[in-house]
Amino acid sequence: MKSLAELQAIKERMKDKVVLREGTNATRVVVGMATCGIAAGARPVLSTFVEEVNALGLMETVTVSQTGCIGLCQYEPIVEVFEAGKEKVTYVKVDADKAKRIANEHLKGGKVVVEYTIGANQ
Amino acid sequence: MKELSLNILDITENSVKAGATLTEINIFEAENDLVLTITDNGCGMTKEILESVTNPFTTTRTTRKVGLGLPLLKLAAEQTGGEVTITSRHESEFPESHGTVVKAVFYKNHIDFTPLGDVVSTITTLIQGHPETDFLFIHTIGENAVTFDTRDLRETLEGIPLDTYEVIKWIEEYLKEQYSEILK
Repeated sequence: MKSLAELQAIKERMKDKVVLREGTNATRVVVGMATCGIAAGARPVLSTFVEEVNALGLMETVTVSQTGCIGLCQYEPIVEVFEAGKEKVTYVKVDADKAKRIANEHLKGGKVVVEYTIGANQ
Repeated sequence: MKELSLNILDITENSVKAGATLTEINIFEAENDLVLTITDNGCGMTKEILESVTNPFTTTRTTRKVGLGLPLLKLAAEQTGGEVTITSRHESEFPESHGTVVKAVFYKNHIDFTPLGDVVSTITTLIQGHPETDFLFIHTIGENAVTFDTRDLRETLEGIPLDTYEVIKWIEEYLKEQYSEILK
């Protein structure tokens, strides 16, 4: 069984890292999690980003967060990527597979996956 | 919504948006009944909003925050022969004891019952999105229960944010283990 002792060990490991992490996260991935987003499948999209950011070792530079209704419900699940000094990129109708590709090519590789952006889907 | 757990995620997001510092998600299953109760200590709703909150067509600017979430929950409950009741105490009238309780009753044997789905994923998503907010989760199935309280975690973690990847994974495994124990 999972125990609180294990959590204690996580705490000890993370203690020093957390200080480092603050303020260094230059990229923000924001997933729309209002009724429209959730109904369209945003929950697995969010967990895919959380998993991939960790698997690709991007924890120091990328944060994954949630927001409400962006106002483009027909395009949900919507994912916005904010990078310092760059224009916001809006991905539409994202699913777990697309999220995986966005994480690999955009978040890690620095190359926008143009075919999934709102511009390519209007 | 394909799963009730998605309705739970959606309704609980309302609680967080209403400024709740603690939200309890309680699922009680006994034979043919499933009772879902979401209780928060958020700002609450005024009588006017409360009256119109399950009507999707009265989306004035003040109720827009609630939108379609409650009507969808109501539909999911009523199509099984169940119902949704909402009680709320607005902070203007109850400065010390405000909050909202959403209670939904479902009948599981009904052909239109929506399966509960991945509740664990709903809980971890809520914590990932709102690491500063506390959640109490109790899922009773017959004689057994899965329970989880972020306040216990917070004490052990001493300031490590709950949305840390390792912590979220721990919560996921912890809940899954409890489920496999009671569903044995």
